[in-house]
Amino acid sequence: MALDTPPRGWRATSRYSLLVVTAVLILFPVYTTIIAALKPGNKVLENPLLPDAFTLSVLADAWTEGRLGRYLLNSTLVAVIITVVQLVTSIVSAYAFTFLKFPFRRTMFAIFLATMLVPLEVTLVVNRRTVDSFGWLNTFQGLTVPFMATALGTFLLRQVFMQIPKDLKEASQMDGLGHWGFMKEVAIPLVRPTMGALGLFSFLSSWNQYLWPTLITTEDNMNTVQTGLRLLRSSDLDKPNLIMAGTIIAAVPILIVLIVFQRQLVRGLTAGAVKG
Amino acid sequence: MRHLVSESIGDGPMGATLKRKWREAPLALVMLGPSLVVLVTFVLYPLGRAVWLGQQRCNVQGKNCRSVGWGQYTDVLSSNEFQHALVVTLKFALITVPLGLFLGVGLAVLADKHLRGMRFFRTIFSSTIATSVAVASLMWLFLLQPSVGVLANVSWLNSIFPVIKEPGLLNDPGTALWSVGISSVWANLGFTFILVTAGLQGIPRELHESAYVDGASGWMRFTNVTLPLLSPTLLFTSVVLTSRAFQAYGEMDLLTNGGPVPQDSTTTVTYLIYGSSSIIKNNDGLQAAVAVLLFVILLGLSALQFRGFGKRVHYGS
Amino acid sequence: MASIRLVGVSKHFGDVKAVDNVTLDIADRDFMILLGPSGCGKSTLLRTIAGLEDLTAGEVWIGDTMVNDIEPKDRDVSMVFQSYALYPHKTVRANIEFPLKVRGVDKAERTAEADNAADILGLTPYLDRRPGALSGGQRQRVALARAIVRRPAVFCMDEPLSNLDAKLRSETRAELVAIHDRLDATFVYVTHDQVEAMTMGNRIAVMREGMIEQVGAPSDVYDKPASVFVAQFIGTPPMNIFPAGSLESGSHLVGARPEHTTFTDRMDGSVAATVTLVEHLGHELQVVCRIDDEYRAIVRLPAGTSIPDSGAEVRVAATEEHRHRFDATSGLRIDR
Repeated sequence: MALDTPPRGWRATSRYSLLVVTAVLILFPVYTTIIAALKPGNKVLENPLLPDAFTLSVLADAWTEGRLGRYLLNSTLVAVIITVVQLVTSIVSAYAFTFLKFPFRRTMFAIFLATMLVPLEVTLVVNRRTVDSFGWLNTFQGLTVPFMATALGTFLLRQVFMQIPKDLKEASQMDGLGHWGFMKEVAIPLVRPTMGALGLFSFLSSWNQYLWPTLITTEDNMNTVQTGLRLLRSSDLDKPNLIMAGTIIAAVPILIVLIVFQRQLVRGLTAGAVKG
Repeated sequence: MRHLVSESIGDGPMGATLKRKWREAPLALVMLGPSLVVLVTFVLYPLGRAVWLGQQRCNVQGKNCRSVGWGQYTDVLSSNEFQHALVVTLKFALITVPLGLFLGVGLAVLADKHLRGMRFFRTIFSSTIATSVAVASLMWLFLLQPSVGVLANVSWLNSIFPVIKEPGLLNDPGTALWSVGISSVWANLGFTFILVTAGLQGIPRELHESAYVDGASGWMRFTNVTLPLLSPTLLFTSVVLTSRAFQAYGEMDLLTNGGPVPQDSTTTVTYLIYGSSSIIKNNDGLQAAVAVLLFVILLGLSALQFRGFGKRVHYGS
Repeated sequence: MASIRLVGVSKHFGDVKAVDNVTLDIADRDFMILLGPSGCGKSTLLRTIAGLEDLTAGEVWIGDTMVNDIEPKDRDVSMVFQSYALYPHKTVRANIEFPLKVRGVDKAERTAEADNAADILGLTPYLDRRPGALSGGQRQRVALARAIVRRPAVFCMDEPLSNLDAKLRSETRAELVAIHDRLDATFVYVTHDQVEAMTMGNRIAVMREGMIEQVGAPSDVYDKPASVFVAQFIGTPPMNIFPAGSLESGSHLVGARPEHTTFTDRMDGSVAATVTLVEHLGHELQVVCRIDDEYRAIVRLPAGTSIPDSGAEVRVAATEEHRHRFDATSGLRIDR
């Protein structure tokens, strides 16, 4: 029997049983959430493990009453803005660190790297004051601007830029390309996979932001999905099915994004987790 | 003969290298500018400012701060509140990191065989990656909450574990931190699973085959080949999980509000800084002091992990 | 007009003088070879012409223009790199068209030029492929085509054949010469391979340690090497060098090509040596002899002649009219 021969007989059976049991355990909270979200309010507590009633009205309520639609729009805007701007700022700064000669380049790069060591939680106390003094509480600027640059992205893109052969840069110079042209025509096309991974990571982390929006959002119109759920939880504990419906609505978009971009996921996570 | 541009730029051989270095400086400034402005304004300045703020006391509006001396740091460090929060944080990390790693590796190894339908199981095992902290916490809230929660409404479970109903797993000082910890492990499981699976796939097949030919059993192959070669992934994952544990906030905010009171069983350091029921929530000076201490602790901790683990980690050839 | 003049050109990297005060004239339509061992500064010199290196000192003229401060793209120069430097994400056609596209040439003309260049280099079947799907030789041709489409006045080539196998290399040599004849352009070609230098160039500049040792036609460089270094760098096997002593009066060095070195029975005008190795090359034999600790000599014999055994004591001589004489300390040629 070779190393990779699939197990047969009782070995296969036992492995499958183990797989099924773990899968059931992992999906259990998801299952109960879905069941609850699809039940009318009066049935939720009766048989919490059984789908013995069905309605879509709770989901609809969460969308309108719970304002999940508005929150989703906010979250999408915030995540897309941060992702796009982060990609742009990381690309140009990584490009400068790789292909340009300028004084204090190493010092500057060291400063960039140092910012990776600073956890978000340490800076937010002061950032709340800063954003307040800019008059950016309850604004999209407040939610996005502090995250418009990332040393991690700069670092990762610089790593891949450095693998572009020097000859290629010089050949393009002979062909008549300047720095912006080389960036657009050659450098960016060659690092697309890394940009995809980085973009996905940026999107996930901005979408999942919790602490910062709770600190600077007080107006309901500016809630993201995450702070919206927080609001739902504090106001409507007597309607658990509404909360669960909100939870489902909040989770579905990211699930779709992950399914569409699953190829970038592993790279994005491994890369992004450098910071954690 | 004509000199095209040399007069206008006009420099001798001495200037050539100097010129080269400065010629691209304006472009570099344009390219680095946006990132620099953001990183300085929202990372470096607040860090420095927090260190300064840490020795100040402010009034309730966060205005009129005045220096009370650097001793505020030692005051905070020796305060019951901080020490309690630190102990809670450490406990939380000790629950979530080993358990998360163990489950992650277990699932990854379980799903690493060539079996029909394995893609399906892998998808399920990775699925919690799609949950944000708010989504995951609310799912668990609905499981654990003593009045409307699922477990509380399954009568046979309640008769075995009365704590589920009275006072509730999240409200009992003995079980609250564990409950939050398990929800956190669950939420991070997809992430850990994906990282470890990627790590497993990076182990060269020849090593497994060589050990197989040498007659090593499955368990021996696991301990002698898989684990050592997985160690960089494990180090990496444990550093990330630890740092996440120290920065955990949403779980406490949504599940327990740092409670149950009066023990504050789930008030971690991060929750102490930002929590809505935290005793320092309106004191920017104290918040900054705790935040800076958290930074120092995290820095020391990652350094420690890399050093301690580093000696035993195999980074491949 | 695309003559090139280098005047006192130096390029220093810190303390390393990669190119040191080089003055060189390259005539319009020359096929100039920069030849030398690795690290002699030949590539750096080429790159100063292309504009890829800032000068430490000196002037580079292309035609009537001093180009020191002119960007590479505005020098009317194209370059073929040793690694070919093709854009991996673009098709062969896009690679070839690219220099024209950058210059804003319209699509129809670009297509025509690319088709033409591809036709010259036999690349037509591969126009829609990516470089990754081509063989080394094909990639080399794409790089050449990309240089050709611009119709530059000067072609700079940095060891373009060194990544090809021997057979392909000799074929491509002939092709490059043909292309040079066909185009109205000056070629500057860097190589460490003296066979390429001898077969392709109409002029050779032999470089050593950042300086030019000799410039001349291939026959000049071969027949009248300006120094021991040139004499031994060009020609396979290299020129034999003897201390003058036993051959003729004087304290200089005497050089003779292996084909002009013979075995003799005469005691006067010859040097004692020991045979150390006999190499059979098929059409001829090469006998390696040791004269003393410092000098050795190689004698070429036609195949089938009787050969001395390894270890045999022999006497080696060189005919008077084929002797080269060099100063013993400077290594420079002495002409009588």
